[in-house]
Amino acid sequence: MHNIDVIDKKILRLMQIDALLSVADIAEKVGVATASCWRRIGRMEKSGIIKSQISVIDPKALGLEVEVSLRITLDKTQTNAFDRFIEAARKVKEVNEIQTFLGRVDVRLNILARDMAHYQEIYRSQILLLPHISDIEALMVITNVMTKDGVPL
Amino acid sequence: MIGIDNIDRALLRELQKNGSAKASDLGKAVGLSQSAAWRRIKRLEDAKVINGKRIVLDAVKLGFSVTVFLGVKLAAKGRVSLEDFERAVSAVPEVQLVQHVLGMYDYRLKVVATDLSDFERVLRRRIMTLPGVGDVEANVLLSEEKRNFVI
Repeated sequence: MHNIDVIDKKILRLMQIDALLSVADIAEKVGVATASCWRRIGRMEKSGIIKSQISVIDPKALGLEVEVSLRITLDKTQTNAFDRFIEAARKVKEVNEIQTFLGRVDVRLNILARDMAHYQEIYRSQILLLPHISDIEALMVITNVMTKDGVPL
Repeated sequence: MIGIDNIDRALLRELQKNGSAKASDLGKAVGLSQSAAWRRIKRLEDAKVINGKRIVLDAVKLGFSVTVFLGVKLAAKGRVSLEDFERAVSAVPEVQLVQHVLGMYDYRLKVVATDLSDFERVLRRRIMTLPGVGDVEANVLLSEEKRNFVI
């Protein structure tokens, strides 16, 4: 764990809530000089605590209305099942997240599709052909209730 | 919903890597002038395709080395209000994502903790005590790749 103090934490907390805040605004809210706030943010960027600033893309605005979490159990009697599965899953362009787990589920793929017909086509012609699957279970996203997706500081 | 072409797609891919990139650099990356790139980005922002910016922090470097995804089933549907559950679960600081889903579970949660015993504390004191919680399944995240999507 890297060395950060209470003021750094406050700065990160504000940046997580609103990435568009100016350094001057952050400095004022935290109660430090703007120059000192600059230095602190610069240091946290350099040490990799702040990885990047990204634009949030809304899939729905691009017409991708369907989001499905596919929870997959792999046939672990096959050596390299994980590697071969993930390598093949990367080639499916509708997959926007690949996660591996310790638990009942081995891998989770997040799929974005235009509609149910499109989803069904992806599922049948691409997902079911991926290697070493022993079981698949689907969770369809109804709503994203909360998406802070950050760090509790 | 608006129509987008391959140049818009390239711009969106760049912006998912670096949200603070300048229009001139973005233009260079996709073969456009600065003003043409700016106009396209403006259009994507107006249509809410680009919906704000966020910073990405390194959770492990900040001491949060354990991420767990929970599948939660509500115990008695109809008797518990979804709103009550959603309000209570969204207020738990360690919960960083709440999705209402259709399938084996009712909700999908992302929980961030400093270590496994911290996770156990969150699970017992904060999650199992939520109104209406029934069956809970936990999967500990080992690796994650997010891809810059634009289909």
